[in-house]
Amino acid sequence: MEAIIEPVAALFGPVWPLVWSLLKIIGIIAPLFLCVAYLTLAERKVIGYMQVRIGPNRVGPRGLLQPIADGVKLLLKEIIVPSGANKGLFIIGPVLALAPALAAWAVVPFSDGWVVGNVDAGLLFLLAVTSIEVYGVIIAAWASNSKYAFLGGMRAAAQMVSYEIAMGFALVCVLMISSSLNLTEIVAGQGRGQWAEWGFGFLSWNWLPLFPMFIVYLISGIAETNRAPFDVVEGESEIVAGHMVEYSGMAFALFFLGEYANMILISALTSILFLGGWLSPVGFLPDSFLWLVVKTSFILFLFLWFRATFPRFRYDHIMRLGWKVFIPLTLFWVVVVAIWVMSPLSIWK
Amino acid sequence: MDFQTAVFYFFSTVLVLSALRVITARNPVHAALFLVLTFFTAGGIWMLLRAEFLAIALVMVYVGAVMVLFLFVVMMLDINLDRIREGFWSYLPVGAVIGLLMVIEMAIVLGGKYFGLEGMPAPADPGEGYSNTKELGRLLYTEYVYPFELASIVLLVAMIAAVALTLRKRTNVKVVDPAAQVAVKRDDRVRIVSMRAEKD
Repeated sequence: MEAIIEPVAALFGPVWPLVWSLLKIIGIIAPLFLCVAYLTLAERKVIGYMQVRIGPNRVGPRGLLQPIADGVKLLLKEIIVPSGANKGLFIIGPVLALAPALAAWAVVPFSDGWVVGNVDAGLLFLLAVTSIEVYGVIIAAWASNSKYAFLGGMRAAAQMVSYEIAMGFALVCVLMISSSLNLTEIVAGQGRGQWAEWGFGFLSWNWLPLFPMFIVYLISGIAETNRAPFDVVEGESEIVAGHMVEYSGMAFALFFLGEYANMILISALTSILFLGGWLSPVGFLPDSFLWLVVKTSFILFLFLWFRATFPRFRYDHIMRLGWKVFIPLTLFWVVVVAIWVMSPLSIWK
Repeated sequence: MDFQTAVFYFFSTVLVLSALRVITARNPVHAALFLVLTFFTAGGIWMLLRAEFLAIALVMVYVGAVMVLFLFVVMMLDINLDRIREGFWSYLPVGAVIGLLMVIEMAIVLGGKYFGLEGMPAPADPGEGYSNTKELGRLLYTEYVYPFELASIVLLVAMIAAVALTLRKRTNVKVVDPAAQVAVKRDDRVRIVSMRAEKD
């Protein structure tokens, strides 16, 4: 690896660090877009089989080229800007919906040392980036100058602000027991302990001691990405498609990409924070990037499974779950974990 | 000019320009969005000082929560520019006096001897392995623990007060208790009646 990189680095001279970072970013974004494309196919297939249908099967062998066909179709379509819309913000909206979902990957480690920016405050950075995700939706909603879009935007603002708090507290528990904000450290911390020494690595991951927080994080993650059963933001039966009503062509596709990129991000984060990231579940198998892929795919499957299983929540029930169940529960659990960490019974020393 | 200074000037330019647009933009939504940009660039400048915790907290709290709720309200306003401009000239003297006072106060603060470059030199580079988050946490929970606890109690009281102010007891609302809904058994709702089939 070094032998190939050095002559190229010499060629670029002082701008090499910039070029190297750009290459790393492309190395993450390009496969991510491919994953997003095939996640849409996986969603239609999985839900299809759950409803005893076949799902898309016409484009390419077993429908495998369907996402490519969808992408080409959306690229060729015209972007219609409504006459009463606020043009600048109408275009910025979808961009802001996608950008944070991509920016967050800067601190996500894929394996030991495989990370674009191995920063100390990685978890804080993630919290900040996921908190600005809502802007794309509310800007698009307001700029569309449409009642349905606006209602969707209002719902999105209220819902995302509510569930972010519970998510934040769940993360506080994780950082208390790993005493680090660096994601690589958090994963490494999950590989230490009595169970890991005995070869049962999966029992030393954070999901077991923090089980309630794991559940809260997973459910809040679904609410944050506006996926069913929390998809009142775009609830088709009430407000058509919410903030996306007026969008067509590639502008609509950006929202779509953003939603799926966010799903993958939340799944990857759940795997890293609670399921041991790239750590192997059992002692006799090596740690590898592939474990992260398996864990992320499993969480993504849960997302699709929930969508096929549960009916959409009523709006007041969403608010009740967020404010009256999750926030008190997480607040209480923060105190419990804090006492546990400081007590002689602590397993994280 | 080294790279860091260039970045600082870039952030400052964006910050000052967007702050200006906050008060000059005609549309309140645009003004609020420029305020978001201002907070964001301020976070960038703090990041240059290696105060990553404060920078990210600023983005998280102000951009991620406060401004979202702010926009929530501003977007629902019925914007009528003529009505907003009404009475501009009658308010101008009062506004001008307040503005002038603020400028004078700021000049006194910034021009004072405690605020100059001698009084407050740029912090020395703390070197590798310095974690602003850790340092801040250590100081807050050791040296400044009582002021910190006091501030949190004040915030808690304010929070409870806000809830208490908006709490209204209404007796005639048809609120359903989700716990009771979930606990419902079939026998509570359905009664099976055996009847003889009617035959003509």
